[in-house]
Amino acid sequence: MFWFLSILAILGAILVVTSKNPVHSVLWLIVVFVAISGHYILLDAQFLAIVNLIVYAGAIMVLFLFVFMLMNLNADTEPQKNRWLKIAGVVTGGALLLVLVAALKRADLKAQVADLGTGDIGLIHNLGLVLFHEYVVPFEISSVLFLSAMVGVVVIGKKAEEDKVAGGQRYGG
Amino acid sequence: MTMPINYYIFLSVALFCIGVAGVLTRRNAIIIFMCVELMLNAVNLLLVAFSKMHYHALAAAGVPNAGMDGQLFVFFIMVVAAAEVSVGLAIIVMMYRNTHSIDVNFLNRLKH
Amino acid sequence: MTQLVWLVPAFPLAGFLLNGLLRNQLSKSLTGIIGCGTVLAAFVVSLLIFGEVRHEGFQPAVVTLFDFISVGKLSIPFAFQVDQLSALFLLIITGVGFLIHLYSTAYMHEEDGPQFARYFSYLNLFVFSMLLLVLGANFIILFIGWEGVGLCSYLLIGYWFQNVDYGNAAKKAFIMNRIGDLGFLIAIFFMVSQFGSVSFDTVFGKASTVSTGMMTAITLLLFVGATGKSAQIPLYTWLPDAMAGPTPVSALIHAATMVTAGIYMIARSHVLFDLAPVTQTVVAVIGLATALLAATIALKQNDIKKVLAYSTVSQLGYMFLGLGVGAYTGAVFHVMTHAFFKALLFLGAGSVIHAMGGEQDIRKMGGLRKALPQTTGTFFIGCVAIAGIPPLSGFFSKDEILTAAFAKNPVYYVVGVFTALLTAYYMFRLFAMTFLGGFRGTHDQEHHLHESPSAMTIPLWVLAFLAVVAGFLGVPPVMAPNAHRLAQFLGPVVGEATGAELAPGTEWGLMGVSVLLALIGTFWAVGRFSKKPELGEPTGFGKVLANKWYVDEFYNAVIVRPLDLLAQFLVFFDKNVVDGIVNGVGRLVQYGSRQLRLLQSGQVGGYVLLMVLGIVVLFLVELFTGGSGVAPAVKATVGH
Repeated sequence: MFWFLSILAILGAILVVTSKNPVHSVLWLIVVFVAISGHYILLDAQFLAIVNLIVYAGAIMVLFLFVFMLMNLNADTEPQKNRWLKIAGVVTGGALLLVLVAALKRADLKAQVADLGTGDIGLIHNLGLVLFHEYVVPFEISSVLFLSAMVGVVVIGKKAEEDKVAGGQRYGG
Repeated sequence: MTMPINYYIFLSVALFCIGVAGVLTRRNAIIIFMCVELMLNAVNLLLVAFSKMHYHALAAAGVPNAGMDGQLFVFFIMVVAAAEVSVGLAIIVMMYRNTHSIDVNFLNRLKH
Repeated sequence: MTQLVWLVPAFPLAGFLLNGLLRNQLSKSLTGIIGCGTVLAAFVVSLLIFGEVRHEGFQPAVVTLFDFISVGKLSIPFAFQVDQLSALFLLIITGVGFLIHLYSTAYMHEEDGPQFARYFSYLNLFVFSMLLLVLGANFIILFIGWEGVGLCSYLLIGYWFQNVDYGNAAKKAFIMNRIGDLGFLIAIFFMVSQFGSVSFDTVFGKASTVSTGMMTAITLLLFVGATGKSAQIPLYTWLPDAMAGPTPVSALIHAATMVTAGIYMIARSHVLFDLAPVTQTVVAVIGLATALLAATIALKQNDIKKVLAYSTVSQLGYMFLGLGVGAYTGAVFHVMTHAFFKALLFLGAGSVIHAMGGEQDIRKMGGLRKALPQTTGTFFIGCVAIAGIPPLSGFFSKDEILTAAFAKNPVYYVVGVFTALLTAYYMFRLFAMTFLGGFRGTHDQEHHLHESPSAMTIPLWVLAFLAVVAGFLGVPPVMAPNAHRLAQFLGPVVGEATGAELAPGTEWGLMGVSVLLALIGTFWAVGRFSKKPELGEPTGFGKVLANKWYVDEFYNAVIVRPLDLLAQFLVFFDKNVVDGIVNGVGRLVQYGSRQLRLLQSGQVGGYVLLMVLGIVVLFLVELFTGGSGVAPAVKATVGH
């Protein structure tokens, strides 16, 4: 099970990065999120798995799709980056991968294991208890964070007066 | 079944690096954003795996609610990610409105 | 009075400062008074000192003025040495110097005020330096004076610096001097290392403690210095070119005083030279060779001053021959007599040039005895003296040297006496072509002929008188026992003459031979040149002589051109390599910054790439240093 989910996640991620059509990228990202939720369930974090699906796959990705539809993006409207830069980007990512793997190989972690399928730490009852006992303040602050995010979005989204006049003009660069 | 933590680490690292490669490679601002989300999720996965690991290590010693912290941290990360996505998308929409393009290469005002 | 010996150089120094700083304000007559007056005052003090030194039982005194250099164990005080040798030289320098200053007031009267003052200030500075040279009680003070006279020689040769050739002659003199000075300096360094001091007392006292090899080295280096200053082979070519300066300058510096500095130095250091027989031979041989070479060149010169210049080089060669065979008194004696008759000859030549309106070529002169009787008379006396005809002074001094040379090695004598023949010949050739026969100049020049003013003729007569009687100070024992007053006077300082004693008969014979040859040369020259002066260009071997054996050309090809090429190479090197590197660094920085500027593209994607690369590098460092590399670096960056 673990292996299946892992391969699905990695495959989906690669396809996200390489798809020409942006809508396809969104769909593959949803696949990745589902795979990761599966991993959460395996790791006894049921609450998180559900929340992941609801918030990420449900809300955030839908938001992305809204924006894509707004801009009417297709595969052929996206300009391609300079080829060298693309290769550089891939090489850099690969280098990062290699370095991290090499670093982690050194650490002797074979002894640590994660039991799958046992334990009840992920149960919502227990999570809630810890959350509201010890982490109550961050919880409240996160709600303030949401509020400020909403306000920010509304402010950013407001059309300024000059934009009506200059709307439609391309700003060079 | 028991799974050595190594595998989770490698998986997470792999997802993270794919996300990085995506950020560096794509020119579409929204796709870049999505790759950032991918990176966040990779980290989330790792955190949950570690919390499980600690649970197993500490539950034998009898510490109550050991390993909860990892999952709670993931919870908060999701909170922040949601907020960030909304604000980020708003900015991108504004950018589109001004320049009718979401090509990152157009955002070179830092040059001046 | 001995304690006041510092007055002697102080007077000319004051004259130099006054005339130099106030040259735009002083009138010409005031300048002349200051210039001559200071030297006269110095002469008076020198006379008084001489009077003291002459007393029986006078001990040489060292008068210290102040501590000059005091480094570790080396102490060099600014001290003057008053003894018979320095007293004698003081008299010569200030006495002849005063006469020449007096002469100059008339000779240079055509110059305008500031230039006139410049001339006299330089001349006073020269006298000051020369006095320092002979008064110094250690080699460093001597060297200061040595350098000073070299400098003044440059300043005065190039007095009419507007003419580029004169400037070049001045430079040539100075540079050749400096080459000799290098040898002198190295000798001083050796002395410091061997004896720990440069004072005469210490050095001469400890002289016997060093090996002969080291002493030979030191004395050879000292002699190198002397060849530069006193114009011996190979550093003599500057002296004939130095005739570019005014004639009184030639008389004072290049006849009577500066060129004798080398003789003085070697006579002073005779203790050292006595310990190095090899050097003595070298000195004698080079002196002799120079004497002969210069005499041959003088045979074919047509410029009145050039003949006298080569004659000076030749006579200096005689003096070095004397030093080389151990006849120190004889050499100093010849210095004295030479100062008198050579200064006389030069001043006489100046008088002729003055009368001829600047003409110096003897082929265009002739028959001047009618218009310039005083000059002719004194010049004649000078020629007789230099030819070595008794009873004039030249005979006594030259003979003393030749006798000592014979005692050392008969070959020296043969070459020396042959050179004496040549000397008589070319001097009387000069005399005949200038003063005898018919006038060969232009009509205008003939009208311009007039005897010189008294300011010029009085020194001539004084010097002529001295040239006649000075010989009687050094009558050799074979003629009259105990009559060699000079030897008795200098004895305590320069020691008795070394060398084998000669039988009286031999001595008379030698004297007879030299006098005979001198007379032959004289009459032959007068006879030939008063009737048929040599007017054309020389041919054949004469051409070689007239061109000075092409020595200058040889030096030019072997030394000057390679140095020139080296200098050009270095210029090229400096401009292209050194500057190239410096400019290249600048260009490199510019290039680098141009490339780095591209990083600031404003492209966010590029920035992110760099960030990730940086993180990768950080991780790599962490990986390879096991965690000990990044943390301190981060700490250092963050600052606490």
